[in-house]
Amino acid sequence: MAEFALPKHSKIVKGIDYPIKSEAENTKKINVYRWSPDDDENPRIDSYTIDLDQCGPMVLDALIKIKQEIDSSLTFRRSCREGICGSCSMNIDGTNTLACLKSIDDVKGDLNIYPLPHMEVIKDLVPDLSKAYEQLTSVKPWLQSKSDPEKGKSRKQSPKEREKIDGLWECVLCFSCSTSCPSYWWNGDKYLGPAVLLQAYRWIADSRDENTEQRLEELEDSFKLYRCHTIMNCTKTCPKGLNPAKAIGEIKKLQLERK
Amino acid sequence: MQSKSHGVVHWKLQRISAIAMIPLVIWFVSSLTFSLINSYDQSVAWLQNPLNATGLVLLFGTLYFHAASGLQVVIEDYVHNEGLKIMSLILIKLLSILLGVLSILCVLKIYL
Repeated sequence: MAEFALPKHSKIVKGIDYPIKSEAENTKKINVYRWSPDDDENPRIDSYTIDLDQCGPMVLDALIKIKQEIDSSLTFRRSCREGICGSCSMNIDGTNTLACLKSIDDVKGDLNIYPLPHMEVIKDLVPDLSKAYEQLTSVKPWLQSKSDPEKGKSRKQSPKEREKIDGLWECVLCFSCSTSCPSYWWNGDKYLGPAVLLQAYRWIADSRDENTEQRLEELEDSFKLYRCHTIMNCTKTCPKGLNPAKAIGEIKKLQLERK
Repeated sequence: MQSKSHGVVHWKLQRISAIAMIPLVIWFVSSLTFSLINSYDQSVAWLQNPLNATGLVLLFGTLYFHAASGLQVVIEDYVHNEGLKIMSLILIKLLSILLGVLSILCVLKIYL
């Protein structure tokens, strides 16, 4: 039933230490989780010491520097490097966040970097998010309406109605929140998780969407929605400062009003 | 096991029972603390007051209902073996009904 220890093959071992070659005063040791599907090795922690005077300010800058100058096999996702694409989400200094938005100076001592917790790892810092994307698709994250807008016109929304989706549309789908949620760790196959529920609420709250009732009906499930126990890790970790716990609370409130 | 309306109804009842227990527990604990019940006879006399008996019956009912619904959530969270899950859910329901009825009957026995 319950597993109290990691499987033998998942135990993390000490990896390679890459000391700094040049004379530098302002250095930082960066410990990175490494695992490759190509060999039969256990995951390991490699340590890279870099010169911060020769590096950009963010954790992503450090990772790119390591990949370019020290170890080209280091694997991670990144694209926009400015907190818009949501690709570089990982666990930095014990907190899920975007590497491009996390300043190296914010971390005292060694900088520890792991992939998002409790997801299958594809390689190094790249987690397998395909199940999370499937869950996202299941809430139909697009506008649904039966009526046609006035010919040649866009669907109208008052500033007040528009305000209701503030704090929701900004989500970049990095899944930092879902992978920080213990409920999602234990029941990630059935519980949708904060990221997907925030997306669901983004369309429930949108005045232009006409499928609200159906959306709520589909979420009214003891596992899909009610595995949220208001732990609040999601809100605490969100690198965009959003509040998925509040969005889930709003869905629960609407469920209460329906029945 | 999971009917369609299971989610919101369970969530609502768990919260209503939690709120109901706030005054009941405050009343029960303060009664025990301030009413200077020191002997068996005093306890019996306290329970023979219809208000006290009613309060205690309500407290036991809510308490076991709330405990059962809370434990159900814990089981659903952590037990992933389907058979074991259903068995423990049934066991918790039966046990809470048993203990609830027993406690209420004890109160009534003294009261009547």
